[in-house]
Amino acid sequence: MPIQAEENVENRSNAEHGVIISTRDVNVYYGDNHALHGVSLDINKHQVTSLIGPSGCGKSTYLRCLNRMNDTVDSCRVTGEILLDGVDIYGPSVDEVLLRARVGMVFQKPNPFPKSIYDNVAYGPRIHGLADNKDDLDEIVLTSLEKAGLIKEVQDRLHSSGTGLSGGQQQRLCIARALAVRPDIILMDEPCSALDPIATAKVEELIDELKENYTIIIVTHSMQQAARISQRTAFFHLGEIVETGDTEKLFTSPTDKRTQGYITGRFG
Amino acid sequence: MTDQAQKAVGNGWQSEKYIKNLAKRKRSERRFRLTGLLAILTALTLLAILLFSIVSKGYSAFVQTTITLDITFTESVIDPNGKMDPAELRTANYAKLVQDALREKFPDVKGRRDLRKLFSLVSNDADSALREMVENDPDLIGKTVSVDLIAGDDVDMLNKGYIDRDAVEDDRRVKDQELVWLDKLEADGDIKMRFNSGFFTNGDSREPEKAGIAGAMVGSFYTIIVTMLISFPIGVMTAIYLEEFATKNKLTDLIEVNINNLAAVPSIVFGLLGLAIFLNFAHLPRSAPVVGGLTLALMTLPTIIIAARAAIRAVPDSIRQAALGLGASKQQAAFHHILPLSMPGILTGTIIGLSQALGETAPLLMIGMVAFIADIPGGFTDPATVMPVQIFLWADSPERAFVEKTSGAIMVLLGFLIILNAFAVVLRKKFERRW
Ligand SMILES: Nc1ncnc2c1ncn2[C@@H]1O[C@H](COP(=O)(O)OP(=O)(O)O)[C@@H](O)[C@H]1O
Ligand SMILES: [Mg+2]
Repeated sequence: MPIQAEENVENRSNAEHGVIISTRDVNVYYGDNHALHGVSLDINKHQVTSLIGPSGCGKSTYLRCLNRMNDTVDSCRVTGEILLDGVDIYGPSVDEVLLRARVGMVFQKPNPFPKSIYDNVAYGPRIHGLADNKDDLDEIVLTSLEKAGLIKEVQDRLHSSGTGLSGGQQQRLCIARALAVRPDIILMDEPCSALDPIATAKVEELIDELKENYTIIIVTHSMQQAARISQRTAFFHLGEIVETGDTEKLFTSPTDKRTQGYITGRFG
Repeated sequence: MTDQAQKAVGNGWQSEKYIKNLAKRKRSERRFRLTGLLAILTALTLLAILLFSIVSKGYSAFVQTTITLDITFTESVIDPNGKMDPAELRTANYAKLVQDALREKFPDVKGRRDLRKLFSLVSNDADSALREMVENDPDLIGKTVSVDLIAGDDVDMLNKGYIDRDAVEDDRRVKDQELVWLDKLEADGDIKMRFNSGFFTNGDSREPEKAGIAGAMVGSFYTIIVTMLISFPIGVMTAIYLEEFATKNKLTDLIEVNINNLAAVPSIVFGLLGLAIFLNFAHLPRSAPVVGGLTLALMTLPTIIIAARAAIRAVPDSIRQAALGLGASKQQAAFHHILPLSMPGILTGTIIGLSQALGETAPLLMIGMVAFIADIPGGFTDPATVMPVQIFLWADSPERAFVEKTSGAIMVLLGFLIILNAFAVVLRKKFERRW
């Protein structure tokens, strides 16, 4: 398998980071629709990995395998091996609810709960019992908002509704909400596609800071964005991974014709 | 079309054909609007006629004719032994006081038949009002007080203009002789109209002037409470289960189709079902609100399930995903987020279902809630009737005086339904949410 061989080379070059998620030969079916064909990809710790490719090629589907969100789709079936720190996340010992606490997710459209800003961030810690008392919870909420770079904008209206924020603020609130359950990995599915350029720049800046402590996998339709924020990039096409590599290398000297075509804007 | 407009739309659109087509389209639109307007007008007119006929017949149920008489609370009649024994005070012959007062007012009237007619001017229930007065204030004994007594139903009808005093005497329930007496009372200013509070505080009665809807209102209240306690939790849980937990397969499809079918089943069928299950099998008491409520709950369930499912489905998937993505279990997502967000819609549907149940008659006929019950029910297992059945019973009664009672009761029932529906509208408006 050429892709895997290449992966191993890549891994050595990123030795200081180490692999946190390793997927092998993942197939996903929605009923009869075979959406992912034997995808193998390694994700490095504390790096930003971006998934690019034309729409409908299975980027979201792949992302949703990593925290088993596909389980919520009745018709969806996943085969293959997805290891998180060496443990098969579809194995019997893994509880998908706890997995999702460890692998947080930020969605395309900002989706804060129609509750207060505070309650949005506090919800995760509350259901997982992360705070022993009110002060603990306050602490978690404030640090999460701070990490998400939102604290200055909202500190004097923590108890007003989260849906009253602007789109970009809402998206950062969603990031804060995900951070509050102390994940190791954050999945982001086109987090900026509903935002204006200034809000997008803020979120990108945030992602860059977050990679110090978190592993981030981001789906994006913007190649510039992938180039700006990610260290590694995987190019998806028709349910397969065509090419994976260091972002810089993939964008400057792609080896596959299809990658070339996509990044030069000939299709997609 | 003006020249400028023509220029604006370009050259191809100036041709005869297009202009004609446009004119036709506009005509058709005007026609459609007119038809719509006509339809609305027709509906409104019919509604107005209905309301007018009910109100014009029914408003008089809320007032009542009284005859003022000087009642002497003769000690020898009420308390011959002078012991003030409460039991004796209760059983004393208060009717005699009324009769004495009438005799005094009309000393010329002699003979048993004439006297009986004279006494019937006043409701034969008037004595209970006197008993109450004495029980509340025993000092009255021995005194003479002027008291407003409820008139008999024929007098009431005459006074309200429902009996034509110019008709031939044989066709008239109030005879000439009685008219003379009434005219004298009227001339003395002893005939009055007052608010009929008894209509809201009395149970049913064979005497129209005594009959009220309190029994039916309380019966309706207990029945609806049972209906709500059963159908709301079961309906909402079913809806949540079907929407949030059940996997879509043949079985859930079948359940879904059947729930929709159940909503269309004629209500009398639910009555038969209630009869078979709750009376014949479970041996619950007949005519009781608990059975009525259970039966109506069967009927209301599909309505609530359908409304609740629609409300749950209206909650955007992104909320579900947000909760699940944070590691909430399905149940937590459902109860922390989906259910609270869909509650206004669920409540609206529930209120509409319950107001349907409140106006339902047919299924209750099957389980014996159609009996004549004079007592106001004191609990869920007492024999009771409900408002729509009370309306049905009164509409079926021969006395002229029950006509206004029927319409009056309809007005009260409509009042409750309007309040319920207004509440549903307020709820919907207040919690309406745009995503
Ligand atoms: N919930 C779903 N049910 C059925 N098919 C789906 C579902 N989600 C995605 N698909 C299918 O899977 C394929 C990949 O979709 P997706 O992963 O959303 O693509 P991308 O995110 O790259 O645009 C598409 O053919 C899409 O139709
Ligand atoms: Mg997508």
